[in-house]
Amino acid sequence: MFDDEEVLMHDAEKLVEKGIRVKDVYSPFPIHGLDPIIGVKRTRLAIASFMYATAGTSLALLGMWYFMISDWPMNIGGKPSFTLIQNLPAFIPVTFEFSVLCAAHGMAITYLLRNGTLPGMPASNPDPRTTDDKFVMEITTDQNSQFSAEEIENMVRGTEMIELSIKDYE
Amino acid sequence: MEFKFEGKLKTTSIVLMIIGVVALVGGFLTDDSEHHQRWWANLLINGYFYFAIALGALFFYALQYAAEVGWSAYIKRFFEAMFAYLPVGVIVIVIVLLAGQFHIHHLYHWMDNSLYYEYMVVAGDDVVYTNVKEANAIDNPNYDHLIAGKSAYLTSWFFWLRSIIYIATFLIFARLFRKWSLQEDREGGIKLHYLQYRRSALFLVFFAVFSSTLSWDWLMSIDTHWFSTLYGWYVFSGMWVSCMIFALVSLLFLRSKGYMPNLTDSHVHDLAKWMFAISMLWSYLWFSQFLLIWYSNIPEEVTYFMNRIFTDYAVPFWLMFFINFAVPFYVLIARDAKRNPKFILPVAILIFVGHFVDTYLLVIPGTMHDHNKFGLMEVGMFLGFLGLFMFVTFRALSKAPLVPVNHPYLQESKELSH
Repeated sequence: MFDDEEVLMHDAEKLVEKGIRVKDVYSPFPIHGLDPIIGVKRTRLAIASFMYATAGTSLALLGMWYFMISDWPMNIGGKPSFTLIQNLPAFIPVTFEFSVLCAAHGMAITYLLRNGTLPGMPASNPDPRTTDDKFVMEITTDQNSQFSAEEIENMVRGTEMIELSIKDYE
Repeated sequence: MEFKFEGKLKTTSIVLMIIGVVALVGGFLTDDSEHHQRWWANLLINGYFYFAIALGALFFYALQYAAEVGWSAYIKRFFEAMFAYLPVGVIVIVIVLLAGQFHIHHLYHWMDNSLYYEYMVVAGDDVVYTNVKEANAIDNPNYDHLIAGKSAYLTSWFFWLRSIIYIATFLIFARLFRKWSLQEDREGGIKLHYLQYRRSALFLVFFAVFSSTLSWDWLMSIDTHWFSTLYGWYVFSGMWVSCMIFALVSLLFLRSKGYMPNLTDSHVHDLAKWMFAISMLWSYLWFSQFLLIWYSNIPEEVTYFMNRIFTDYAVPFWLMFFINFAVPFYVLIARDAKRNPKFILPVAILIFVGHFVDTYLLVIPGTMHDHNKFGLMEVGMFLGFLGLFMFVTFRALSKAPLVPVNHPYLQESKELSH
């Protein structure tokens, strides 16, 4: 556990140089520049969001075409109502909003699912103080099988952390 | 590091200017439209388009100070160089406006004095216009009820007063910003920084009003019978995106020549984000204007689009919207595309031309109606003014250190990484 994100970042850099794999870092706020150090891959959430938005656009246009053109052509203010393309400007705001709705909800749900933080899911946070003002770096023996537990502990003790907790997960 | 304006870049800009001069002279001689209307319209388009890029640079520069932006400190000299073109751009616009005032061309229909009077008294060759129905007065066939209703705003002294105020404000602020920026290089400290911070905020207040009203005065008044409240923002977003494109392409060029070693992919990314975002702002405003007019379908509003959609202008009009909206949206939406010059350059050049066509279509349908021609003159003038703009910009860039020396955020900007 650390009480300063700059110190943590510095020490993480040193540990990674020695060949340690850091599993994760828990922090009350995003730490800029940490991701490449501990080898977090870039998020693919943006790609997912693009797909949700495209699905939203298609669905909205399909829906509008069915309701307003195909099933029951509606004459609103004398606007053309027999082809989708002629009446397209009127459908753009709805299509836009629906794309944003799908992208936003899809993204939020994907994020919560992928992180395992849906409401009611058990918290995976090792220490509740990381939601306040402390920073925790998590290192597991499984991911660092080339070192023994003692070697890892010694290396970690060499950092400027303020607290070390060793837990045995099975 | 000093930038030296020489070699291929200088030759290119001079060749472009020579093409421009040939197009100006040749175009004037071969232009067979009445009053050389087509030539004057193109002069206004090019004069305005490049003036607007310089004005966009001044706006962006002030925005960076007013918002206390760190990342752009490293590249701020380039925006200074771009707004150095303002006086030149102003000269071109003033020439067009003066020529209109003296009835050398007829781009601005409302400058015709006879539109404002209901009656006229004819005595031989003398015509006296009047609003009083005197005994010998007859109905004025030129009387335009709608334009006469706008006479309070369009009256020539008020028009010129406004134009002079805009121009003076822009030139004064541009000069002061440049002066303080160079002074900061010599003296350092944060006093000048905060001075620029306060003055930038003041400038933005003026700019917010003037960017709208100058587009009404110089562009929207071409379609005198028509009006749109969104027009000012729409024109402003077009000027802003053209400015970001020019800055981005030139900075990539400077980096490829070994200048600006600290210009990281993150700076490029940020500039490309601006280009992307303002393209979307432009599309949003374009569409907002279109949708409301299309939907309400009121004759006095819809004329503007009738002149563009149901005429020969339809193809460039839709193509321009497609290019300026869809191309940046789909090509630049990914993060890696915004950091890669191979993606940025073709899109940037394409939408730069796209926004020129946008400006072209603001002016031409209202002035040339259905007898417009498009030829070498248009292309030549566009290239010529591009050369002039490049020449003035890069020459101004070579007059001062390429990177500000004592900007308080300089270190932060150099270390930009995200």
